[in-house]
Amino acid sequence: MPQIMNPPSSSRIKVRPAAEREGRKDYITIKDYGFWYGQKKALDAISLDIPERQVVAFIGPSGCGKSTLLRNLNRMNDLVDGISHEGDITINGRSIYDPGLEVISLRRRVGMVFQKSNPFPKSIFENVVYALRVVGVRDRAVLEEACETSLRKAALWDEVKDRLDDSALGLSGGQMQRLCIARAIANRPEILLMDEPCSALDPIATGKIEELIHELKEQFTIVIVTHSMQQAARVSDRTAFFYLGKQIEYDTTEKIFMNPSQAQTEAYISGRFG
Amino acid sequence: MASSSDSSTPRGESWVWFTGLGLIIGLGMVIGLLSLVIFNGVTVFWAPQVPVAQVDDGRTIIGQLAQRRIRAGSPADHPRYELQYQVGLRELNGNSYLWVDEAKIKSETFPADVLGLERVENGPAFVRPLSLRKTDGKLIAATDAAFETAFQAEVAAASAVREKLVEITRHRIGDVNEEMDKARVALRRAEDLKLADEVADRRRQIAGLEERFAGLQAEAKKVVDGGAVASLVSKDAAGREVVVPLTQVIRAWFPNRLDTWGRVQLFFSRLGEFIFDEPREANTEGGLMPAIFGTLVMTVFMSLMVTPFGVITAIYLREYAQNGPVLRIVRISVNNLAGVPSIVFGVFGLGFFVYVLGGSIDQLFFSDQLKYNNNTPVFGTGGLLWCSLTLALMTLPVVIVATEEALAAVPRGMREASLATGASKWQTIRDILLPASAPGILTGVILAMARGAGEVAPLMLVGVVKLAPTLPFDGSAPFLHMDRKFMHLGFHVYDLGFQSPDSDAARPMVFATTLLLIFLVVCLNIGAITIRNRLRARFKGASF
Ligand SMILES: Nc1ncnc2c1ncn2[C@@H]1O[C@H](COP(=O)(O)OP(=O)(O)OP(=O)(O)O)[C@@H](O)[C@H]1O
Ligand SMILES: [Mg+2]
Repeated sequence: MPQIMNPPSSSRIKVRPAAEREGRKDYITIKDYGFWYGQKKALDAISLDIPERQVVAFIGPSGCGKSTLLRNLNRMNDLVDGISHEGDITINGRSIYDPGLEVISLRRRVGMVFQKSNPFPKSIFENVVYALRVVGVRDRAVLEEACETSLRKAALWDEVKDRLDDSALGLSGGQMQRLCIARAIANRPEILLMDEPCSALDPIATGKIEELIHELKEQFTIVIVTHSMQQAARVSDRTAFFYLGKQIEYDTTEKIFMNPSQAQTEAYISGRFG
Repeated sequence: MASSSDSSTPRGESWVWFTGLGLIIGLGMVIGLLSLVIFNGVTVFWAPQVPVAQVDDGRTIIGQLAQRRIRAGSPADHPRYELQYQVGLRELNGNSYLWVDEAKIKSETFPADVLGLERVENGPAFVRPLSLRKTDGKLIAATDAAFETAFQAEVAAASAVREKLVEITRHRIGDVNEEMDKARVALRRAEDLKLADEVADRRRQIAGLEERFAGLQAEAKKVVDGGAVASLVSKDAAGREVVVPLTQVIRAWFPNRLDTWGRVQLFFSRLGEFIFDEPREANTEGGLMPAIFGTLVMTVFMSLMVTPFGVITAIYLREYAQNGPVLRIVRISVNNLAGVPSIVFGVFGLGFFVYVLGGSIDQLFFSDQLKYNNNTPVFGTGGLLWCSLTLALMTLPVVIVATEEALAAVPRGMREASLATGASKWQTIRDILLPASAPGILTGVILAMARGAGEVAPLMLVGVVKLAPTLPFDGSAPFLHMDRKFMHLGFHVYDLGFQSPDSDAARPMVFATTLLLIFLVVCLNIGAITIRNRLRARFKGASF
């Protein structure tokens, strides 16, 4: 389909080879999942499996429920009043709604990076080690070690290593977002959820974060919500397209961008609606 | 048709004038009040020239001009004024102040020899000195060149003697008396319980104390007798001879001879006395140190009590309580609490804190004291603790509301970020929400402090007194006496202004005290605001 292969900016879309995406077991399983905010149904019949140590991108027009689904993976939506769900989500075989599973321990295993960077009004160091502090780590050496590792992984170490005790609010927007990533990975979660992590960043910072995602993939399973087709194509192994709370198509990124099976998907990624 | 939308003045602009008018009226009132208080409060300490005035009826007046006002009943187009002079010498004149019709004053001169005296008793005096009888008996005439230096030297020496006396009579004898009271209570208890050993011990202790008491009295007598008293011989306006022992003189100045620098020195000397000394003469003279101290200590304790209460309550209401009708009712009640007249809190404080709580504390911990000291209560009567608690209760809504608002204003993202890392709700509150809302909480505390520091009515019921013999904080264990009654600037203003026997003498002090109270509240607020701004600066980002 020349039309799909040749959208206005398709020259920059680089699709990752299929070989990288094989031979992994499913890690997150979402089955017949529906979700309501009060009376309003925000998600309907979502079923998708996310393999271990892969990057999955959620795309779709605004308001289609990408954030809602993402925020249900670590039960962040529990903060909202009057929510309800149907179906189930399992992580590594265990339902996240299992009454024996504490939300806190779930969240410790599922890190999250938000669209708007939200550093705490504390020092850079304290921001990064916050997740360790809450589980009671007091050993300075352990904290420092974790801080350095996380900041290095988040590609921020060289920029801030001399000012770890300065307020995190003095960083630039891009640095703050990378700091939030460092904070989310400091306690080595298994899964990293990212909700439009680059939407407020310039291309250079975006590039750094995308590189970061490639590296983090070695250790984490990553789910990323993005509005940028190019970004989805660059970083993800699989892509899910949502529309009006429904899952329209979920497949390898290559397939979604080269040869989508649904007309709506094709229309969306070629920029004809959304 | 020109509709308002296409006329040249934009719609709604006229409201600017309305809102501006509101601001101007408000500002005008505040500035008016402040300048009145500042002017009247500051001039109290300034020593003006003192005239010798000849009146039509043959009288001569030496006095400091206090007020000038329109005579009652004088025609509006030709107002006639009358002047009030502070002439002092209350023991001779019967009254320190004197009204004279301005038109009846024939002449006013400002002779250099007019002398102003501030005295320990009977208020000030304005006289013309004749001679000085020195301690060694020598007389120096006022016309002598050495008179002024010799006079001021004698005044200083006499002051030293007086201070020594005060130190002995008031402080050291006071301490002995206090110990004696305690020992007597202990003795009565020991006698009652038939503790022979202790009875003997206590008797011995009391005998020792009585000996010390007698010793101190002897010492005081020696001070009085030992230094022969110098005195000033002078004449008043009517020419009567006035002899003033110099131990009576606190301060002496020649109002018509002083240069500006001298007046400034005098001003600060009086201001210093006002701030650092104890009151004299039914509070109309002397200083306000006990009241300043009492107000400060009470306000600080109130803040220390109201802050944790208010913050904890607000955390529960905002973070834990289930949204619903109950929560709404609680919120409405809290807000209404802020509108309850403060005297009601005073009544509650008296009925509950003083009688119920204080009474129980006395029963539990001071039963001996009650039994063997004529039922004198310790905590079962008004005191610093109950005042602070009552005001803490009164200002609680302010802190609760401010804290709730501050918690609500913490960006959602910060809360989510903390929860997403696996922090529990309490950890999120403690580590993220509270630090981030600290500036807002402090704003509430500042408002509470401002309200508490200026409150008088409830305090009159739960522990503020006109004259407290001791400060709530002193060198005897446990140093801080939360049970003691104390003095308060706000009550002092009320007492001076409306309860004082000599309202003319009290008037300037009312202004000065008011000024001091305002100054104190401003200082407390500036302190709190500085802390708040420090906190704010910590949370402010450099780039966004
Ligand atoms: N807290 C909430 N309460 C009620 N409805 C909500 C809430 N959050 C989201 N919604 C609704 O759920 C639907 C899905 O919202 P969601 O935020 O998941 O969209 P999205 O795909 O992330 O959109 P965007 O790309 O604009 O971020 C929207 O219709 C939205 O109005
Ligand atoms: Mg979203």
